[in-house]
Amino acid sequence: MKSKLDKEIVCWGCESTAHTFSCSVLKSDGKILSDVRSIYTPPPGSGIHPRDASRHHIEVAPKVVKQSLIQAKLSMNEVDAIAFSAGPGLGPCLRVGATISRALALYYNKPLVPVNHAIGHIELATILTGAKDPIVLLVSGGHTIITAFSLGRWRVFGETLDLTVGQLLDQFGREIGFSSPSGQKIEELAKKSSKYISLPYTVKGNDVSFSGILTSAKKLFHKGEDLESLCFSLQEVAFAMLAEVTERALAFTEKKEVLLTGGVAANKRLQEMLIEVSNRHGANFFVIPKEYSGDCGAQIAWTGLLAYSAGISVDVEKSFVNQSWRLDEVDVKWRD
Amino acid sequence: MERLIRKGAEADIYLGEWFGKEAILKIRKPKPYRQPELDAEIRKKRTLHEAIFLMNARKAGVSTPLVYFIDQNKAEIVMQYIKGIRLKEIISDKSDNIYALCSEVGRCIAKLHRNNIIHGDLTTSNFLVAKNRLVFIDFGLAFFSQRLEDMAVDLHLMKGVLESAHVEVADEAFNKIIEGYAEISGMKMIKELVRKIKEIERRGRYARVK
Repeated sequence: MKSKLDKEIVCWGCESTAHTFSCSVLKSDGKILSDVRSIYTPPPGSGIHPRDASRHHIEVAPKVVKQSLIQAKLSMNEVDAIAFSAGPGLGPCLRVGATISRALALYYNKPLVPVNHAIGHIELATILTGAKDPIVLLVSGGHTIITAFSLGRWRVFGETLDLTVGQLLDQFGREIGFSSPSGQKIEELAKKSSKYISLPYTVKGNDVSFSGILTSAKKLFHKGEDLESLCFSLQEVAFAMLAEVTERALAFTEKKEVLLTGGVAANKRLQEMLIEVSNRHGANFFVIPKEYSGDCGAQIAWTGLLAYSAGISVDVEKSFVNQSWRLDEVDVKWRD
Repeated sequence: MERLIRKGAEADIYLGEWFGKEAILKIRKPKPYRQPELDAEIRKKRTLHEAIFLMNARKAGVSTPLVYFIDQNKAEIVMQYIKGIRLKEIISDKSDNIYALCSEVGRCIAKLHRNNIIHGDLTTSNFLVAKNRLVFIDFGLAFFSQRLEDMAVDLHLMKGVLESAHVEVADEAFNKIIEGYAEISGMKMIKELVRKIKEIERRGRYARVK
């Protein structure tokens, strides 16, 4: 991705939308100088409590901030811009990252750049994979969206009408006693079975709905249905729905690239299905590398760098967080 | 001989002949990524729904292709070939009759809904314009419902397609659809529907609260 400034710039970014507190330093050639994370893990069987997660972020913040600079071998003085995740996410968690970033911006007299977390997932994926103009499937705990870029914004072709696929996995995981995020454990269990149990398949045009699968899977679990087969079937149905809506967007837009990003992108079975979809339509398939699929500072630092290069920054006194900041509300000035 | 003319998301569309007439052969081919049982169920169900609702829509006063033949097990439908342009292309080409067509789209949707038919897949690639007449296609996701919620979801999808694929005309086009709809359904119904659409949007992730 080209930067619109002549000189090379360095951006420091802070991610704190949900369970992850992470800081990262990135250069304008896309090189990740550091990406330090600390992830809050709730007790098994329960989800992320915003209060507890934000408390975790406050506790680990000084160490993570410091470590991100040490690993990058830079001081904050050498950074050109400070980026923070301004939404969407959990209010108390967002405010931790925002407060720290504001303080640093004031103290070091640096421009402050608000970043939309969802766009962060997409931008980091495009720089790491080289995708140019893809249909994006963004799947995580916070998002399940099919989007493509057009006329200055990411346009949403389809999305979930209720739960995200990450929530489906986490909430089912919670029911069976795992701690969140539980996608990986469900994927491992799913590999041990190939017995398909019918679960509700709900595609409404370009949109999906996962609440029926969750209710059904929970009920079957309590009736004593075999857990491995349930995990297998839950993945099969939920991912087939995602594959279908991705295929619909691909056929409709006739684009030639598919990009998978977000925490659930790490799932091999979902990747397999999307590879088939892409092949059928002669499109190239890209997936974000596993180590950057989950929430991380790099997605914020990189998007912050692009935004700053396009002249975007915000006064500290106007730097609000927005818990429900949709990606299609953001004017993306750095893309053609 | 059949000739592949379109590879859709769900089905391959061939142009061929049926007893001497030009005809469309629509085949929902198996999707290997889906569990065979689930795949068969989806393909069978949608093929049957498509045939049933092409006919029901016609009864409701909306033009659709005639169904000549269906083979549910192979998930194949043979239907009338309609030589037309998709609304999607008409909008992209910035034709001057876009908004008039959108009003007609609204009227047709209202006629379907008045007969409890939910199309389930209202996108601009599923309306053909032939000799200035609007023809609805692709009823694979259609179903019967009397619920306001289902009708609102139907329109919500249409709105989403306009906002994502036809950004420049989206607001005006959707307004025309709503106006056209109101001509058939009356003001009371359309007000309830618009309210319901907003409610659905608020329920979504990171809702647009306006």
